[in-house]
Amino acid sequence: MCEVAEKNERVWLLSGDLGYSVLERFAEKFPQRFLNVGVAEQNMIGIAAGLAMSGHIVFTYSIANFPVMRCLEQIRNDVCLHNLNVKIVAVGGGLAYGPAGYTHHALEDLAVMRAMPGMTVVAPGDPVEARLATRAIADHPGPCYLRLGKAGEPLVHTVEPKFRIGEAIVMRSGEDVILISTGGMLERAIRAAELLSDRGISAGVLSMHTVKPLDEKAIHGAALRTRLICVVEEHGETGGLSDAVARTLSEHNATCAFAALNIPVEENGKIGSQSYLVERAGLTAESISERIARALKQQ
Amino acid sequence: MSNSSLKELARTIRAHTLCMVHKSRASHVGTCLSMADLLAVLYGQILRVDPARPHWPDRDRFILSKGHGAAIVYAVLAERGFFPASWLETYCEDDSKLGGHITHADVPGVEASTGSLGHGLSIGCGIALAAKHDDKDYRVFVMLSDGELDEGSAWEAILFAPHHGLDNLIAIVDYNKIQSFGSVRDVLELEPLADKWRAFGWAVLEIDGHDYEQIIDALSNVPMEEGRPTVVIAHTVKGKGVSFMEDQLAWHYKSPDDEQLARALIELGESN
Repeated sequence: MCEVAEKNERVWLLSGDLGYSVLERFAEKFPQRFLNVGVAEQNMIGIAAGLAMSGHIVFTYSIANFPVMRCLEQIRNDVCLHNLNVKIVAVGGGLAYGPAGYTHHALEDLAVMRAMPGMTVVAPGDPVEARLATRAIADHPGPCYLRLGKAGEPLVHTVEPKFRIGEAIVMRSGEDVILISTGGMLERAIRAAELLSDRGISAGVLSMHTVKPLDEKAIHGAALRTRLICVVEEHGETGGLSDAVARTLSEHNATCAFAALNIPVEENGKIGSQSYLVERAGLTAESISERIARALKQQ
Repeated sequence: MSNSSLKELARTIRAHTLCMVHKSRASHVGTCLSMADLLAVLYGQILRVDPARPHWPDRDRFILSKGHGAAIVYAVLAERGFFPASWLETYCEDDSKLGGHITHADVPGVEASTGSLGHGLSIGCGIALAAKHDDKDYRVFVMLSDGELDEGSAWEAILFAPHHGLDNLIAIVDYNKIQSFGSVRDVLELEPLADKWRAFGWAVLEIDGHDYEQIIDALSNVPMEEGRPTVVIAHTVKGKGVSFMEDQLAWHYKSPDDEQLARALIELGESN
């Protein structure tokens, strides 16, 4: 973020009174372009819109649902309708704030942000993608949503991949199944693919860091090469990446099978660590590989 | 512009508005008429705008936060030459640029689209902040309704602006005392309104929103205090200028029929 602001002096960062031990460096380096607006997300988006109308590129920052849902109408009307350079950043995507409880579980954010007209929706798969995505959205015109995990996610990319908004990254190829992962699921998706390989099942992985606009070409390419497409996402069952992928597969009469692994609604409100909640939801690498193996067997 | 020219401008935009809502069978005529005199002074004398250059970077910004008062803002923009007056005849019609709530797309002079209440002052804060940061001397005027002050988001912005010393921000409250479904006093009392703004750190002035000397005096002397945003609480009458519409909740919704339009225009002194 500091690098982005260094490069472009129109870049601002607004926080809704969150970011302790994360935003200080930016605030110290760019005091004229950092603003803690207080616990007031609606005002934060309105201010961001006003700044962006005046030529600035404004990142807004808060956790989980706060920067998305509390100010959704401001995002829709003030930002999207005016097609402004406002970049909404949420940390704690999915179940990252597991023990904090349901208010802090971001399980509908991809659905809601996908529905916003003109909104680019990005959920990077690891810290490398997160860094590249931050740079990319700063340069990408119009409203963007960046869904991050919490600090400390495992590094998946050992070399810096080519990162373009709207272009999936092929992590590995496979002929029996291709997993399409978004956000922090990536590491588990890759491990699931490895477990499947161990069982003699050829499993590929696409990192679909951009949920909108969707890389339909990559999806249709995958559909031609595999028996099963399986979307994995730490998100509710409605409106996320899996719905987007299902729609495009159906529109193009794809012949491969389709499966979606999400957070079932029955899991809402459960409390515990992210790993515990992910396990309950059947989204560990082991569960994913098991569920895929079963699905392939039933074909 | 002389006072008589300003009054003539107000009369003209009231007449346009009546014709627009009559033709389109649209609502919100009362809320338009209550701010006619304020808009005439703003666009006739106060705002540094140039109709030939609607995107001039140094222009003053005017945000209509009470977006339902769109018709009369379109009327004043047309009168100032931002776009042809013939556009007004398309208000709310199929494929019109001029929507029933203020719409910015392809409408020169409209800074922001609003319609849901409680959005405009935050946008104004952002623009005012940008002016400070960019070392520009333009001002940002935001027109609010009284009912709009029920919105919590309005108070987020009211809290924010003084904290950041946004003395280039001027809020105007069109305090006509009638909101959507009743009188302000009955629905959700705002009084003591001036004290509330003062307590939040604003420089506050209460005026008669139909008295030209008071309006001109208030809006010519902003900021009232250096380092503080200004709020002009303008006491107005809903439906002002047409006797049978004045102070009537019904004219938040009704549009005049042929006979009512003719009577209203005669009252305004329109010859045809």
